[in-house]
Amino acid sequence: MSLRDGPLGDIKVPLTWSAAAALVIAVIIAVALLLTRSHDPVKAGAYDAARHAVDAVESPVGSALSAPVRWTGDGVDYVRGYFFAVSENRQLRAELAKAHATQDQLGAMQVENARLRAVLGIATNPPLPHIAAETISDSHGPFANTRLANAGAGQGVTEGNPVISEHGLVGRIVGVSKRVSRVLLLTDAESRTPVLLVRTNGRAILSGDGGESPKLDYLRTSIGVKEGDRVLTSGDGGVFPRGLPVGTVVRGLDGGWHVALDSDAAPIDYVQILLFTDFSQLAQAQALAPKELPTAMTEEPNPSIAPPTTSAPVPAKPVPAKVVAAKAGAPKSDASKPDAVKAPKAKLASASAVKPASAKPAVAKPHAAKVAASSDDAKPATAKAAKSASDAKAASPGHKPKPKPSTTQYSDVPL
Amino acid sequence: MTATSGFGAGKSMSPIGWLGVPIFLSALATILLATPIRIFGFSIPQPVFPLALAFAWALIRPSVLPPFVLLVMGLFLDVFWGGEPGLWPLCFLTAYAAVLAVRRLILGQDFIVMWASYAAATALAFAVGYGVMAMIAGAFPSLIALGWQYLATLILFPFAHRLVGRFEDADVRFR
Repeated sequence: MSLRDGPLGDIKVPLTWSAAAALVIAVIIAVALLLTRSHDPVKAGAYDAARHAVDAVESPVGSALSAPVRWTGDGVDYVRGYFFAVSENRQLRAELAKAHATQDQLGAMQVENARLRAVLGIATNPPLPHIAAETISDSHGPFANTRLANAGAGQGVTEGNPVISEHGLVGRIVGVSKRVSRVLLLTDAESRTPVLLVRTNGRAILSGDGGESPKLDYLRTSIGVKEGDRVLTSGDGGVFPRGLPVGTVVRGLDGGWHVALDSDAAPIDYVQILLFTDFSQLAQAQALAPKELPTAMTEEPNPSIAPPTTSAPVPAKPVPAKVVAAKAGAPKSDASKPDAVKAPKAKLASASAVKPASAKPAVAKPHAAKVAASSDDAKPATAKAAKSASDAKAASPGHKPKPKPSTTQYSDVPL
Repeated sequence: MTATSGFGAGKSMSPIGWLGVPIFLSALATILLATPIRIFGFSIPQPVFPLALAFAWALIRPSVLPPFVLLVMGLFLDVFWGGEPGLWPLCFLTAYAAVLAVRRLILGQDFIVMWASYAAATALAFAVGYGVMAMIAGAFPSLIALGWQYLATLILFPFAHRLVGRFEDADVRFR
């Protein structure tokens, strides 16, 4: 029986009224949805079942739609590579020359940094595990800036994980399904990221506003800000690890300070999701415990800052030291000097000849070590001398140092 | 447009024809434009297709169905784009309500006048969204980003005009 056949069938209601009534009901539903949801994008539960379902459906659709686009882009790049090969080659050669110089500086600074960290006893971060993912959908309006990545809870992704591209920080995970996760970009109006300015060590909050360049809010720096200042994550609050590249400070059209994001340098098609939740996962004593002190690079180390493992008072036991020096092929004049003066020079020689990371460890069992083992008093000096001997042996002509896996304790986030 | 010239003119208006097909095409276009590509270094624009439908449906005829269809489509956009649930439905319903209130003034007007009306309704919808987002996020969204999406949505008016032309004469009672 249709409605028209019922007792209410004769009632005439203007269509405009019924449309208005439907409109009011729909508005009430929309407002209720707005008022009742959790506005914390990272809080568990904010990402409800409907979003999981839509994301799960969207994932294969987005992959299928984006695949031809990627193929076309790859084809265009392939053809363009032929036309611009010469100029690109020149540019790459110039960049390579700069990179070599930077690499040399970086190597020296890494060794020095590791040494200083060990001396100061700074707990350093273990390497962060990460997984690669492909972005399959993008929204970049004024009210929402998110992306969908094709890695989810099945790969270990959880809400809050930072997401980076090969250029810099992209955002963080705000929703996870089994095989797909949603990334809240730094440009989203609800994104807030604690950052630091490298030049001034100033702190700020990077606030997305839906535009391409997020704003720097709550800026705290005594020196001031300049265009071109580098911006990194500060790690404050524990949402992001410290030191992820974010971008460069620019002056916005509104006169305020904004950040041109590094991740905008190229299309964000492939990303890395860092399996980092907060700093509690880094505070593992076992992971943070230093296993080996990096090789010293200083000629005259200050005994007051030397670490306990090597700064113990060295008893004056010249006999084993002389034996060690003789076995190591050191000049007699050096061998006659006190051990405390001689050992650093031997280390310096080894450091200048062989890279510290590839230096052969002191496992050659020199004769001096056997001699010293008979005397308990001579153990510290002999151990140090044995290290010198092995270093000197490594520095000798014709000796090929065995490659040794890096035991660096600090971890730069892989980009 | 006469009653015999447009597609569907003179025929009965099935909900599939004037609601179902446009909303399907709108969702399809939205999904297509969400592909993460760049052209000459710029992201492709993401116009809000359902706003054109909200304008057209309010002009075609008053009905109970469009508000709920717009509600569902808005929720889809919220979920698909990762926004606040309820934001886009409120924007669409605002535009629909505004056009419905003045539909007798708009109907039959010149193309440019109708486009201006569409621009005003769209601006109202974006203003509501801007205000709601400002309250939720605690900060004002970028007017530049808003302007780009607004312009991209304005370009959709020919589609809305075409839809109105196809169905407004289907039932003379609603003229």
